[in-house]
Amino acid sequence: MKKEPHRNGHAVQKAEPKLWQLRLYIAGKTPKSVTAFENLKRICEEHLAGEYEIEVVDLIENPRLAQDDQIVAIPTLVRKLPEPIRKIIGDLSDTERTLVGLQLRSSTK
Amino acid sequence: MTKTAMKPKSAPVSLPKCTTGIQGLDEITGGGLPKGRPTLVCGGAGCGKTLLGIEFLVRGAVLFDEPGVFLAFEETAEELAQNVRSLGFDLEDLIEKKKLAVDYIHVERSEIEETGEYDLEGLFIRLGHAIDSIGAKRVVLDTLETLFSGLSNDSILRSELRRLFRWLKQKGVTAIITAEKGNGSLTRHGLEEYVSDCVLLLDHRVEGQISTRRLRIVKYRGSSHGTNEFPFLIDEGGVSVFPITSLQLQHKASAERISTGVPALDAMLGGQGVYRGSSVLLSGTAGVGKTSLACHAANACCQRGERCLYIAFEESEAQLLRNMRSIGLDLEPWVKKGLLRFQVARPTMNGLEMHLASIHKQVEAFQPQLVIVDPITSFVSSGTAPEASSMMMRLVDYLKSREITALLTNLSHAGTVLEQSEVEISSLIDTWLLLRDIELNGERNRGLYILKSRGMPHSNQIREFLLTDQGVQLTEVYLGPEGVLTGSARLAQEAKEKATAVERSLEIERKRGELERRQQALEAQIAVLQLQFQTDKEEMERDITCEQAYLEKLEQGRHDMARSRKSDSNGHIVTPKKARK
Repeated sequence: MKKEPHRNGHAVQKAEPKLWQLRLYIAGKTPKSVTAFENLKRICEEHLAGEYEIEVVDLIENPRLAQDDQIVAIPTLVRKLPEPIRKIIGDLSDTERTLVGLQLRSSTK
Repeated sequence: MTKTAMKPKSAPVSLPKCTTGIQGLDEITGGGLPKGRPTLVCGGAGCGKTLLGIEFLVRGAVLFDEPGVFLAFEETAEELAQNVRSLGFDLEDLIEKKKLAVDYIHVERSEIEETGEYDLEGLFIRLGHAIDSIGAKRVVLDTLETLFSGLSNDSILRSELRRLFRWLKQKGVTAIITAEKGNGSLTRHGLEEYVSDCVLLLDHRVEGQISTRRLRIVKYRGSSHGTNEFPFLIDEGGVSVFPITSLQLQHKASAERISTGVPALDAMLGGQGVYRGSSVLLSGTAGVGKTSLACHAANACCQRGERCLYIAFEESEAQLLRNMRSIGLDLEPWVKKGLLRFQVARPTMNGLEMHLASIHKQVEAFQPQLVIVDPITSFVSSGTAPEASSMMMRLVDYLKSREITALLTNLSHAGTVLEQSEVEISSLIDTWLLLRDIELNGERNRGLYILKSRGMPHSNQIREFLLTDQGVQLTEVYLGPEGVLTGSARLAQEAKEKATAVERSLEIERKRGELERRQQALEAQIAVLQLQFQTDKEEMERDITCEQAYLEKLEQGRHDMARSRKSDSNGHIVTPKKARK
């Protein structure tokens, strides 16, 4: 786990891409999505500071986009990079599970 | 007055229904699925749920111009299009024309981690987007329950599903939700709790290695519906559901009579043959000529310029044509003219429903006036006897309702009562001809008689049935003290009768001669008597003349005497006085 922020992960270390591309799907500014975004921000700052990018997709504005990432539940966090794609649904209030979901921590721990 | 009388009839149609366009389904649901409400279609794996859904959308798009959305949880759009292409549905084309939208929803549990509160707004948005993009009126969710395996929070799912169905109703779309059948319940996850307006149960059973699909309306709120299990099938034309019987007995009854193709048989049937649109059963043991008789009827039908559909289960078309040629019946020209069509299949090739469906299809396509099924007994081998009889009932009903004459042959097995049809449809039959073999003097001959023929006078006499090279012929049989004489016994009897006849005519000749001789003798006698009479007569006349001459002479003498006495009185006046003196 890297604590130092690395904006350009590729440049620093070849083997381990540092850039985390995260996409959060929401449907309007509901309390759940607001909570989810806040939780995500907090977790990223704690664990991936400087290495991540969050894109928020509001499906009410762009319903078409739901198809690409197979979104059913809202909110859904999609880890686009690093691969493989992982999805975490829910408001991310359970930090432990979110970390497991992002594979920042193994589930056996 | 008449208007008010008509009103109550249309009043019960209060629940708006969405015509599915699926053959037979609209009939048994009384007009279709509840409009603007979700319908649950449940059943085991491979029972045709997806297909029913797809056909509902395709028919809607093509027939009623109602676009539809298919939300696939199990197959991708490409897979789905491929799967239904064999049924003649071109999904890509419909998608291009904006008549159909397919969205594949895939929830992979291994990719997903659940953390805290969530809802299924994503699903709603996708569905809503698909509906709005094409203005869909119909929606199919296939199979919604896979969400339960993808997501672990049951309570969220359930509340979200409840919301989904409410939302669908609000949207005013007619929806089909498919669900897998569970153990002891209609669906594995109890979806029937949420979808309560209409529930259809599909079933796929295999009996005796032959599968039959069945559909049952478990419930249909606010509408009357058939409660039976209705057989249905999936073939190259999609789903077809068959009502077991048409509920009404309202066939039109034609007074027109049509020939059976055998003039002597027509004569037995009141001289005009059978009624158009009636059902004729030909039963008999093996090799009595059922097929030959049926082919005559086909021939007669084609001669009238009408179409005949011949459904054969035992012989191929070529074989039938060849065999009929041997009795002087050439059916090939009719085939070439397109008046005669054969449908040949082994009975075990399909289940009963499939057979019935293919007959339906052929009849719809070919529009025949006569349908021959040869033999119906074959159906028993592709199902159980009660099933076969129910199927026959439906077939006969169906043909009757379309005023198509049905000619069915029934193979009776040796030893069974002839007056009993194998599939027990005797009560459905209007005209029943029985062909039987008659064993006598070491030979086997064929006899035909009419067991019944509704609504017409008919001969009650058995006829001998001959297969000659000029076709089927019927001759009178001899009913002697030893019983019915047929074949060579009949010929012997004929010869005997001929000999007797010759003898008789000789006798007559002889008697006639004798009569003549007697007459001659009598006439001779009369001549002799007349001659004698003539002689006697002449003699008598001579005597009379003599007497008269004597009397005249006597008178003359008196007269002369009176004159000589100078009497002034008339001679003959005085004469008496004188005579008295």
